[in-house]
Amino acid sequence: MSERMTLTIKGGIDKSGIDEPVRSITVEGGEIVGIVGPTGSGKSTLISDIEQLAQLDTPSHRMVLINGERPEWSVRTDPRRKLVAQLSQSMHFLADMDVGEFLKMHAKSRGKPASLAPETVDLANTLCGEPLSVDDHLTTLSGGQSRALMTADIALISDSPIVLIDEIENAGIRKQEALHLLSGEGKIVIVVTHDPILALLTARRVAMSNGGMSKIIERSERERTMCSRLAEVDNMLISLREVIRNGHMVGEQP
Amino acid sequence: MKYVVFAGTPGSGKTSVLMSLAKTMQERGFRPSIVKIDCLWTEDDKRLLRLGLPVRVALSKDMCPDHFAIYNIEEMIAWAGQEDSDLLLNETAGLCLRCAPFTESCLAVCVIDVTSGPNTPLKVGPLLTSADVVMMTKGDMVSQAEREVFRERVLEANPTCQAIEANGLTGKGSTELADIVTRWGHVTKGMRLRNNPPFSICTLCAGETRVEKEHHRGILRHMDSFVEYQGE
Repeated sequence: MSERMTLTIKGGIDKSGIDEPVRSITVEGGEIVGIVGPTGSGKSTLISDIEQLAQLDTPSHRMVLINGERPEWSVRTDPRRKLVAQLSQSMHFLADMDVGEFLKMHAKSRGKPASLAPETVDLANTLCGEPLSVDDHLTTLSGGQSRALMTADIALISDSPIVLIDEIENAGIRKQEALHLLSGEGKIVIVVTHDPILALLTARRVAMSNGGMSKIIERSERERTMCSRLAEVDNMLISLREVIRNGHMVGEQP
Repeated sequence: MKYVVFAGTPGSGKTSVLMSLAKTMQERGFRPSIVKIDCLWTEDDKRLLRLGLPVRVALSKDMCPDHFAIYNIEEMIAWAGQEDSDLLLNETAGLCLRCAPFTESCLAVCVIDVTSGPNTPLKVGPLLTSADVVMMTKGDMVSQAEREVFRERVLEANPTCQAIEANGLTGKGSTELADIVTRWGHVTKGMRLRNNPPFSICTLCAGETRVEKEHHRGILRHMDSFVEYQGE
């Protein structure tokens, strides 16, 4: 399904109604692109434009093309044909259902088998320190559990060729593992982030300002080296966190 | 005259969705008028008047708000005609969810809030089941999975409707709704309702305030679903 698909965003207007500087950007399958910018600079709006495959009909007047063409209407709305999976900023579920029932229902809406529900829960449990089960009520899940479940849901149930991720770093889950899981094989991944490691993991990043795409930054060799060093530090922090969480003292664990 | 009826649960964003549509239709060269029906109180006329369109607000007070809307359809359409409109947008207050003021030739739009949870589409009755279009609002507050589950539930309750993700604040969904309105027909004489409103008038409607069963007459339903007639 995701054979070298391309996603093109044609620039629209910023918050002042002026043409945004980046007029066009095309992303190919297998690439991870970052979106960076201060709060209120328009990152979530850009993500939302991509999610709904905007056709000049959103406030930004952007147009999103798939393989260079305007997508059919049903591709924009019918979850069975949807090309885009999105991990949004929402940290909680509001649905009055248990985990298993919800996942089965979501699998049905995406035209997938109900048997994916328990698999999704198992996968979520690899991402988050606090295990959850199919019988848990959605609204009682913690922020970390909810994000882990949403991530696993995208990897197994939504499983779309374009994946949008909005701020994974606040999630209380293992972010690099989550990113790896979400990006799958040959998918187009777009990640909004303030996190230096995630931002520098991407070869290109779009900088946002005043609601518009202001420029595209290619990662430098120096940034790449920096990214590997940061990843080492991050891994150290993760293991220290586990030591502390498990009630040990740092430096004396078995 | 095209006639579009907006019905939905309180706080679902009916007014915002209606306003977005009014703007889009104006851009397309239509001349919309707006009638907003509420029960006891509303301040929405101030908001609506900012559109610069003919606006009328009506309170149903002691009458059932949907019954009130239905009873006044003729008058609303006549008024919109006098205002030289070719499109009447009517927001209803509908609260008890047992009936819906949808007529055969209107475009029936149900506005429903995704944050109300995926069981809501099963609870709201003819408001949703007999609508042509279902505008699902506030989807930005929940995850994509939750939006998709909600949509599935809407389609279970009403398999033939057009389910559109909408956001009254950004105008999302307005273009799709406007496309449907544009190709929808005009109202005709001798319109009929799509649904039968609830069939009984009860003693409470007639002013009874005493609670005990012995004071009540009419077609009455017990908690175990047993229905009986009390009276002459």
